[in-house]
Amino acid sequence: MMGSWLTPLETEALLLSLKVALWAVLVSTPFAIGFAWLLARKEFWGKTALNGLIHLPLFLPPVVVGYVLLVMFGRNGVIGAGLYDLFGVTLAFNWKGAAVAAGVMGFPLFVRALRLSIEAIDPRVETAARTLGASPFETFRRITFPLLLPGLVTGLLLAFARALGEFGATITFVANIPGQTRTLPVAIYTALQSPGGDDMALRMVVLSVLLAIAALAASEVATKMIRKRIYGEP
Amino acid sequence: MSEGNTHIAVTLRKSFADFTLDVAFDSTSALTALFGPSGAGKTTLINCLAGLERPDSGAITINGATLFDGTTGTDMPPETRRIGYVFQDARLFPHFSVEENMRFGLPYVPESDAWADFDQIVDLLGIGALLDRAPHQLSGGEKQRVAIGRALMTSPRVLLMDEPLANLDPARRMDIMPFIEHIRDALKLPIIYVSHNVDEIVRLADHVVILDQGKISAHGPLTDVLNRLEVQSAFRPAAFGDGGADLGTVLEARVQEPDDAHHLTALSVGDDVLYVPRMDVTKGQNLRLRIAARDVALALEKPAQASILNVLDGTVSELVQNDPAHMDVKVTTAHRQILWARITQRSAHDLGLAKGVPVYALIKSVAIESGLPTVRDGS
Repeated sequence: MMGSWLTPLETEALLLSLKVALWAVLVSTPFAIGFAWLLARKEFWGKTALNGLIHLPLFLPPVVVGYVLLVMFGRNGVIGAGLYDLFGVTLAFNWKGAAVAAGVMGFPLFVRALRLSIEAIDPRVETAARTLGASPFETFRRITFPLLLPGLVTGLLLAFARALGEFGATITFVANIPGQTRTLPVAIYTALQSPGGDDMALRMVVLSVLLAIAALAASEVATKMIRKRIYGEP
Repeated sequence: MSEGNTHIAVTLRKSFADFTLDVAFDSTSALTALFGPSGAGKTTLINCLAGLERPDSGAITINGATLFDGTTGTDMPPETRRIGYVFQDARLFPHFSVEENMRFGLPYVPESDAWADFDQIVDLLGIGALLDRAPHQLSGGEKQRVAIGRALMTSPRVLLMDEPLANLDPARRMDIMPFIEHIRDALKLPIIYVSHNVDEIVRLADHVVILDQGKISAHGPLTDVLNRLEVQSAFRPAAFGDGGADLGTVLEARVQEPDDAHHLTALSVGDDVLYVPRMDVTKGQNLRLRIAARDVALALEKPAQASILNVLDGTVSELVQNDPAHMDVKVTTAHRQILWARITQRSAHDLGLAKGVPVYALIKSVAIESGLPTVRDGS
């Protein structure tokens, strides 16, 4: 079993990493689809600025993103204070904040993959669906969404992998709290900082590699299955 | 389907930076052809009918029901108009099988309006063997037939077809035209058919609307419109690329005697009679004929000894010079039929042709357009 060669601390870091990455990806999915669709299909004032803003985490040092998140979502931050007053939710120094940091860092990759996929869908096919009686929502549900599934799987994987590897923004925004924000990369860093932690670090590095390979394989299989269903490709 | 003929009334205006579409017409015909050069506004016009584009002003009604009215602001979205649309590119859904494509619109058809029968439509279009295939496994002609079936399955009130055969080679076109004739005749579904191919229009349409630079330049029954010279000059290959046709006359004929002692078929055109080599037709059947102007020769006297079978007498009613070498001559026969002849300037001069001169028209060849092959005179 896992416990036989992983210490409880390592198991905790692994499960926390998975939880943070899954939530990061799940919550950002509808937003990623929405923004990708806007960027792929619509012309509007400020489109270039929006595109730049979405891509910003790709170019900024992660520490800067973490700092911006801290300023905005911290207990006294512009948005953080409102969230706490209205819903009693706080993101500072807990796993939810770690998920937000991971989601924000993976968002540009997610949107990019989806946008390419949406741009590959012929809008004239959607028009045909309208003339056959489908409302815009039905057209999205039965035509656009199934056709963007391959892009969705690719985007999900990229965002998930980015979330698993998130370090700089996480440690800046929500620090290094065991069981709350100490994900695998943070735990590896911590182990390397402590005397005699080399073995522990090495085991978690191997774990990270295995996790990455598993995620990649899963997405390959999923993409193949979808492509086969859509286009009958072998 | 509906009782009596469907009445479509359209008046609309839509301005673009470089041109304005401004049309008004109504139709109760089985197949109305929208005809005109590229950029004339044909596709914009049917997109407005389908609700894919919004006119600046005007009104569109089907049997009195308003789809669009610029004064009240009524503008039904495409999904509630119940107008079928067959696009030039089939636009099948790549993730659905042929049958799933066909049934796509079924959930949206109000039960009381549903007349389409899956088996009948599959049969009509000959696509029974394709139902399990994916769209990418189909040929161009098969895709287009499936697209037609998919539109029919939504039980539309009107079917719009935007150059449905333009992407197919000539042989495939000939294969699909009978299917369109079936829809027109068997389903009694009014069709608005956009094309710039004269052969398609002569074969399929009974009503023609000619669009030029956003305006209707001619509108009416096919034979009336197509035999007008100014209309014909618009059909020239120069203006249309392929699919343009030479000057000619379109005539409605009725089979008089399918097979006489000489293995000929007699056709009456009004009160004139034309003979063509024996065809597989029945007495009383209606045919549409096309006689190319270059296949009509003129003589001042009735040729006593000639191999030409069809000679009609008439008078010159119009002379038009379309190029330096040729003269186009409109002959009105004794029975008031119109016939265009294209002869050389020199012949026109030698014969002393002028308006009112009696002539004999010698017809070298008659093309039968209603699905039957061209018949050359056996001279």
